[in-house]
This record gives sequence, structure tokens and C-alpha cells, in this order.
Amino acid sequence: MKDKNEIDATGPRRDGDHHQEDRRLFLKQSLAMTGLTLTPFSFFNAEPDSYSVLAGNADRVDLSLTINGVKRRLSVDPRTTLLDLVREQLGLTGTKKGCDLGQCGACTVHVDGQRVLSCLSFAVMQQGRKITTIEGLSNGASLHPMQEAFIKHDGFQCGYCTPGQLMSAVSCIREGHANSEAEIREYMSGNLCRCGAYPNIVKAILAVKTSGQSV
Amino acid sequence: MKPFHYLRPTTVKDAINALASAPNARFIAGGTNLIDLMKRGLVAPEKLVDINSLPLKKIEQKAGFVRIGALALNSSVADHTIIAAKHPLLAQALKAGASGQLRNMATMGGNLLQRTRCPYFYDTAFPCNKRNPGSGCSALEGINRLHAIFGFSEKTGPPTCIAVNPSDLNVALSALDATVVVQNTQGERRIPFADFHRLPGDRPDRDTTLEAGELIVAVDIPDAPFARNVHYFKVRDRASYAFGLVSVAAALDLDNNRIKTARLALGGVAHKPWRLFEAEKMLVGQPVSETAFRQAAEVAMRDAKAFEHNAYKLKLAPNSIRQALTLAAGIS
Ligand SMILES: Cc1cc2nc3c(=O)[nH]c(=O)nc-3n(C[C@H](O)[C@H](O)[C@H](O)COP(=O)(O)OP(=O)(O)OC[C@H]3O[C@@H](n4cnc5c(N)ncnc54)[C@H](O)[C@@H]3O)c2cc1C
Ligand code: FES
Ligand code: FES
Repeated sequence: MKDKNEIDATGPRRDGDHHQEDRRLFLKQSLAMTGLTLTPFSFFNAEPDSYSVLAGNADRVDLSLTINGVKRRLSVDPRTTLLDLVREQLGLTGTKKGCDLGQCGACTVHVDGQRVLSCLSFAVMQQGRKITTIEGLSNGASLHPMQEAFIKHDGFQCGYCTPGQLMSAVSCIREGHANSEAEIREYMSGNLCRCGAYPNIVKAILAVKTSGQSV
Repeated sequence: MKPFHYLRPTTVKDAINALASAPNARFIAGGTNLIDLMKRGLVAPEKLVDINSLPLKKIEQKAGFVRIGALALNSSVADHTIIAAKHPLLAQALKAGASGQLRNMATMGGNLLQRTRCPYFYDTAFPCNKRNPGSGCSALEGINRLHAIFGFSEKTGPPTCIAVNPSDLNVALSALDATVVVQNTQGERRIPFADFHRLPGDRPDRDTTLEAGELIVAVDIPDAPFARNVHYFKVRDRASYAFGLVSVAAALDLDNNRIKTARLALGGVAHKPWRLFEAEKMLVGQPVSETAFRQAAEVAMRDAKAFEHNAYKLKLAPNSIRQALTLAAGIS
């Protein structure tokens, strides 16, 4: 079940991480298995509304989307947020849950290339879309330039906000709003860091921007 | 969260019909306000009608006005060439709101309808006339630092609600005399912006005059000579990513330093965006000057009334008006 896009790349590897990796792999495999056994198609009892192009019943809705380059066909409870889908159902735990109310940015992912908050969107609203999580940012084992820059410039302490910071930082450059420290601060304001790593985060983004590397 | 049926219609007609037959159904656009409210249990729709597949994302110049589709994202509107060229005030207000991520999700229609950020509205342990009409307003005697200084009458007893409308977009659209275009089962209805949001009165639970089941399809902004001398000035508790304590949308049309037309609206001070018609009138014909701006601010504040914790707004608002006008006129 584990494809190349599901390799954890949430940050630098440290000694002693192997144990952690094994645990994550185990969790993922068991999640994937429960996923298989607990997701029957319950489309047959969909509400017969004439106007409903796609309707699930209140329990389960069919959903297909692309996550980190891999097409998925899923069945979800319509109440599931995109955040809970990637973390709980797909086992991609790189994306973090901070506030769960749109106030911290820890859950930032890309949808069709744009940064959004996965905690304030229902998974069923992502039908047909392409989702990139932090696990999909690196190219296999080689880190994304922004990840390299965060390591080099010490852009994190506890690391909890880091996946969200990284996703947002990449967008900040792509959107053309990383031209000065002040502009970066303004356009990164949706990502809070309780450790206060802001100065180094700004440095990392500015370094990637001025290096002219493609993000 | 209560279970709900999820629908994804592709035509405006289907979307309206989906709501017409179900009183406890809701549209969902960006979801950034509705999902928040659903998670807190303040809204519990039985049916959620996802309108994101409707063809309502366009931003177009029409004869005499710009039409912005209800599903145009806040970020797309803020960065659009037509908006940047003709209505920079709108772009400034949008960029002053929320965060990069939220602006990529939030839609025009959803932003118009976002609920207040009054803490008592969210805290179900407290009475709140907006959440539970008739239960009382906890902010009146509570921590009312964020609350209104305009728009309530005390003639018939204490105000029913002193919550403020939190949207930055609304303040700019109020100054720009926008029209909200709405569809219902009968057809189209056009609501002038001044009539769209309401004062609390005897129905503090109702923020707008939109009727149940009506779909916002577009916002029209009439062509106006406010391409240059505009400024959206927002004061908040932190430099970015916070709702405004007070904000000002200022637009001037100048002829050799003389004011031909002025538009002024305040945010963070009332249950609806607070247009300053008297102050605008006072400015017309005057030369651009600190004196004129100070007089306008004085006129604007005539009916203001503060509560225990928000008296600072009685100073912050006029100072912000002067600052916004000064920046709009380019004489700072
Ligand atoms: C942390 C945070 C900070 C924020 N800061 C700011 C800020 O500084 N300034 C600011 O202005 N805003 C701010 N916002 C609010 C944000 O702008 C709104 O949540 C957003 O604009 C709502 O749009 P939406 O498309 O996501 O609406 P939704 O959540 O999808 O919908 C909101 C409501 O509108 C209804 N609705 C949506 N579209 C239509 C339509 N076309 N017709 C009829 N009904 C419709 C829905 O049924 C729902 O009741 C902030 C939000 C958060 C979470
Ligand atoms: S978890 Fe989504 S913004 Fe905090
Ligand atoms: S590094 Fe700890 S929250 Fe940002």
C-alpha cells in the first residue's frame, strides 16, 4: 500500500527516528486495512432527489481525488474534514491539527496548487481535486528547497507548525509575495508559531526566493 | 457534528430548488465560516448544498458596472486586473482580511454573510439574542471591548444586540455603493448594499435581509471615479491576521485638490457596515486639508455611544477616519 508519495518527509531525519518510522508505517498499514474493510459503497440508498447531481446519504459519500500524485477512490462520512481525511483515513500525519478552527495554519495543504486550510473544508468538497500535503512536497528522498532552507536557517523549534509553514512558504513565493521581509511577514501571517521561530522562517523564505530556485 | 445530507448541484436552478424544499438546509461555499459554526454546534443543517460547481466565479466589466460572481474567491478578486484598475479600495480591503490560505477559500457571497465574532455569540454558556432571540445580550454588561458604538436606539429599552459585523469586504462594498444580486424560486432580486445588512432592532438574529433559500449570485459595483485616491485603513490587535477593531474605507474624487465626491464607511463599529453620508456631504467642495478631514471625523462621530470597555473607539474611530482620508488624498 505504501507508495513513494507516502514517504514521510516532514522534516530532517534524526538518529533514533527509525523506531518512529516503524510505528508510523504500522499505523498506516493498519489504517489502510481498516479502510478497506470499513468502506462499503452505500450509494444505493442515496436520496432520490431529482436535483441532486451527487448525493450520498448522511453516512457515506463516494469521493475520488488525487493525493500527492496518487489517485484515490474513497468513501467518506460527509462530516470528515480534509484534515481528518488525510490524517486519520489516509495516515498522512505530516499535516498537523492545531486549532481545528482556521486560526493557526498548521493544517495548510495545497488544493489544485493553492494553499488552503484543510480543517475548514469538508473532504467531500474536494471531489476531483489534486491535494498536496507535506508528504508530497519533497521529491522522494530529496527534500524540497524550502525544507532545505528551513533546516539551514533553523526555521523551527518544536516543529509542530513546520509542515504548515512550509506549505504556506512555497505558496508565498509562487503567489509572488516574497519580495521583502515585510511582505513575507504579511503573507505568512496565517501561520502561527508558538515557538516564535518567525525571524528564521522569514530568512529561509527570503533565501529561497533570492536564490531563484524553482518552487 | 450532526449528520447531514450532502448535495452538489451544477446549476443555479437546482441549487435553489434544493433549498426551497428543506427549511434546515444550507448552502456551503468556501466553508470557512459555516464549518467553524457547525463544529461549534451553532449551526446544524440537515442538508448541505455545495454550490462550488455553479458557474458563478466570473469577474467582468459590464456596461456601467463590474460584476463579481458570488463564488469568486477573495484572493482572485483582490488580484484581478479589473479590480486593481477600477476598484483598488476593494482589493485593499480584501487583502487586509484573514490570511493567504483563507482568502484562497473564502468567496464573495460567503464573506457578505459571515457571522459576527462577538465572543458571547460563540459561548453557549451565555445568553445571546443573536444566537437565541429573547435570551438577552451578555455583551451589554460584559466584556464589550469589541462592540458597537453606532446603530442602536435606547428609546425602547436597552439595545438587543451590540455585536459588530466583522467583514472588511462589506465596508468597502458599502462605500462603493454595490448591489447584491440574488436569485430565488421567483427569479432575480437586486438589493442595494445599504439595505442588505440590517441593524439588530427587534430581530438581532437576522444579520441581513436575504430571505431563507435565496442564493447570492453576484455583486455589482457601479463604475465610479475612485481608481486613485482611496485607502482602506484597518486597526487591529496585531499587525495582521486579526479582525478589525475599527476600519475605514475612504474614497475621494479630486479635482485640483478640491473634493468632488467622497465616500466613507466604517467597519467594527456597528451591526452593519456604517456608511458616513453626513461626513461625505460635508467634504464635497472642500479643498483637501487637515481641517476638512477633522471636521468630517467630528460629523461622523455625532451619534456615537460607548459601553464600559469600548470607549477607546470614540477616539480611535475619528483618528482612523482622518488617517484614512489623509492617506487616500496622498498628503501624508
Ligand atoms: C481565523 C479567521 C480569520 C478571519 N479574518 C477575517 C478578517 O480579518 N476580515 C474578514 O473580512 N474576514 C475574516 N475572516 C472571515 C472570512 O472572510 C469568512 O469566513 C469568509 O469570507 C466566508 O466565506 P465562505 O465562502 O468561506 O463562506 P461559507 O462559510 O461557505 O458560508 C458562510 C455563510 O454564507 C452562506 N452562503 C455562502 N455563499 C452563499 C451564496 N452564494 N448565497 C447564499 N448564501 C451563501 C452559507 O450558507 C453560510 O451561511 C476570517 C476567518 C477566519 C476563520
Ligand atoms: S488546524 Fe487548521 S488552522 Fe489551525
Ligand atoms: S516550531 Fe514550535 S510551533 Fe513553530
